[in-house]
Amino acid sequence: MSDNTLTRRDTLAALGALGAQDPHSHPPPAAAAKTTGPYKPKVFNERDYKTLAHLCALIIPADEVSGSALDGGAPAYIDLLCSGNEKLKETFLSGLAWLDHTSVKRTGKPFLESSSAEQTALLDLIAYRKNDGAELGPGIRFFDWARRLTVDAFYTSAAGIKDVGYQGNKGMTQFKVPQEAIDYVLKRSPLG
Amino acid sequence: MPEMPSGSLTRRDALFQIQRASPVYDVVVIGSGAGGGTAVHVLTKLGVKVALLEAGPMLNPARDFKEHMWPYQVAHRGAGDHAESYFGRRDFGYFGAPNGYWEMDGEPYTVAPGSEFRWFRSRILGGRTNHYGRISLRFADYDFKPYQFDGLGFDWPVTYDEVAPYYDKAERFIGICGSREGIRSAPDGEFLPPPQPRAHEYLIQKASRKLGIPCIPSRMAILTRPLNGRPACHYCGQCGRGCIPASNYSSSQVQIMPAMKTGNVTVIANAMARELITDDSMRVKAVSYVDTTTRTEKQIRCRSVILAASACESARLLLNSRSSRHANGLANSSGVVGRYLTDTVGYGLSGYVPALEGMPRYDCDGYAGGHLYMPWFELEKKSKEFPRGYHIEIGGGFGMPGVGSFSGVARSHEGYGAGLKKAIRDGYGCTVGFAGRGEMIPNEHSYCDIDPNVVDQWGIPVLRFHFRWSDNELAMVRHMHRTFTSIIETMGGRVHGRRNPERADAGISVPGTIIHELGCVRMGDDASRSALNKWSQAHDVKNLFVADAASFVSNPDKNPTLTICALSWRLSEYLAEELRKGNV
Repeated sequence: MSDNTLTRRDTLAALGALGAQDPHSHPPPAAAAKTTGPYKPKVFNERDYKTLAHLCALIIPADEVSGSALDGGAPAYIDLLCSGNEKLKETFLSGLAWLDHTSVKRTGKPFLESSSAEQTALLDLIAYRKNDGAELGPGIRFFDWARRLTVDAFYTSAAGIKDVGYQGNKGMTQFKVPQEAIDYVLKRSPLG
Repeated sequence: MPEMPSGSLTRRDALFQIQRASPVYDVVVIGSGAGGGTAVHVLTKLGVKVALLEAGPMLNPARDFKEHMWPYQVAHRGAGDHAESYFGRRDFGYFGAPNGYWEMDGEPYTVAPGSEFRWFRSRILGGRTNHYGRISLRFADYDFKPYQFDGLGFDWPVTYDEVAPYYDKAERFIGICGSREGIRSAPDGEFLPPPQPRAHEYLIQKASRKLGIPCIPSRMAILTRPLNGRPACHYCGQCGRGCIPASNYSSSQVQIMPAMKTGNVTVIANAMARELITDDSMRVKAVSYVDTTTRTEKQIRCRSVILAASACESARLLLNSRSSRHANGLANSSGVVGRYLTDTVGYGLSGYVPALEGMPRYDCDGYAGGHLYMPWFELEKKSKEFPRGYHIEIGGGFGMPGVGSFSGVARSHEGYGAGLKKAIRDGYGCTVGFAGRGEMIPNEHSYCDIDPNVVDQWGIPVLRFHFRWSDNELAMVRHMHRTFTSIIETMGGRVHGRRNPERADAGISVPGTIIHELGCVRMGDDASRSALNKWSQAHDVKNLFVADAASFVSNPDKNPTLTICALSWRLSEYLAEELRKGNV
């Protein structure tokens, strides 16, 4: 399964299994760096947490701009919220179980152990509402939650905030808008 | 269901004991928001001895405000320890100023069958001014005489010219930024300079002007220059979290805390007013309140009282202050207390504007809210689809990402992976939003009264709401939809979603949710049709005044806070003089 090495590495990095020197691991956000040691899940067992982390990294993978959902602390975020909310906990526990069961039915292997191609083939089905039905319905609803919380975790992290390019929360003595931004917008509009 | 409280012997005994111990204050002010804060400021400056009752706790901005916090500085990122952001919050978000909500534990209200209403309460020093939008608009000349203008609703017993000097005073003290424009529907004030518009706001302004709609700098209670010992805004865009340096207006930081240093005000926190106690000459002589920390009832004696508990709460207090002398409640011989409740007409629409894609990133925080807005633009139009008007607030820009910021993109894009990431990045800052805020005309069907069957955790009978929009408001909302659609499309954008403004409710806001509920204890020259005279003084009870928006006769398309401050300033000067003369 060498075809999904990078995301697997990301998964391990998030779980603290890889050293900080690893050239493929992205620098953790400032806040996460303050915590000591890896996050200890409150809700998920080791196996489910690994699957969850892998799923998060597939939803928000590293690209040329920024790191993955793991750099945004998505698995810890989801585990923490599940620990405080029974409905969310049930959603994720049953969802992960559905994912593994469905993967076994389709490939003979649980999700994490199936090939990258097999994983994306399954996600390509449950990531779209158009496939809703008796067979995929539970997976689609679970994936919607997973995507929602993963996106929230990543884009509220230092990595995600940097990705979209938010530059504020600094304070300034005078509010100035760069002329190039104004010109850019007006020129591209029908009113330019 | 808890039992109704009874006027019992024990209450009378307590009164006797407390009256021996309690000093008599010149004025007891009930409520510490814009009306109460302004009254405290003005009266204490004039040397009047004031006691301020606040139902909630004291405020400590340095401890209570979460200014400048990043979402990742808290493990739940703002979602709440119990994932509240995903399952219905009971506040304006984890990072917001402490401010209450529409639902409060132990303090219910009821809504009559067939009606819909949500009542926002705040229980903390400063009330809703700790978080509000800081929009500070003067009412126009015609707003004070709406009946003369179009034959609907009722006229105020005051004119614009009578209130204008108090707008001046309030603006000079509070600090309002804006620009002088000479537009009748948006009278100019005493302004500090406005900040520059954001890049997308230039585009909105261009589109708006093309459509003949003026788009001008917002008028905000935010300092763009240092004023009265307060520093200028540092443009972090987080006014709604509360401003620790007090560069925006909150009655707690700008009026009450400084007034406490004069030694002329005693602030009594955690004091939930229950009723006003009158003597045989129909004057309020004491205020009965519940000390919520001990659940015991106390009384405080006064020469006069100012109600500033919020429009409906003040009406509730009067309706609950019943005795054999005034069976319908105090100051209610006219029967109008609780009547003519209004809220602002709200409608929102957003759109995606491709011209904004790929815009060079910049620190777009500014102050919270649009740096520009559109005042009402069809005042002079001959044939109208509805009476009165609305203003438009605008939103957009590169906001600080928070929980839920990209849920909409994630849901509409679907999928996952690099494509989803790109969609979020490309779409960031490309949405603009428009919020219409229009005038509701008071009607007979919209009011609050006391629910005979329910009391709150303090044993105080609660309000029951009755509310109905009229066709005027629904027609206005349809007009808003068309206007906002035109602006978005003129910018080359496309409207989000498929809103259908022709449906029965036209997409109008739920009554109460714009949090401009007002009326209920209205002013008027005719004592048989109003509760207060032109000084916001009760016709029936000469030492009783109302300084919140309960006194409002109409609900123009201008946010009420600045007018609350101006009218409170005016009545406070009047009351101080009447106290000096021995008239109250």
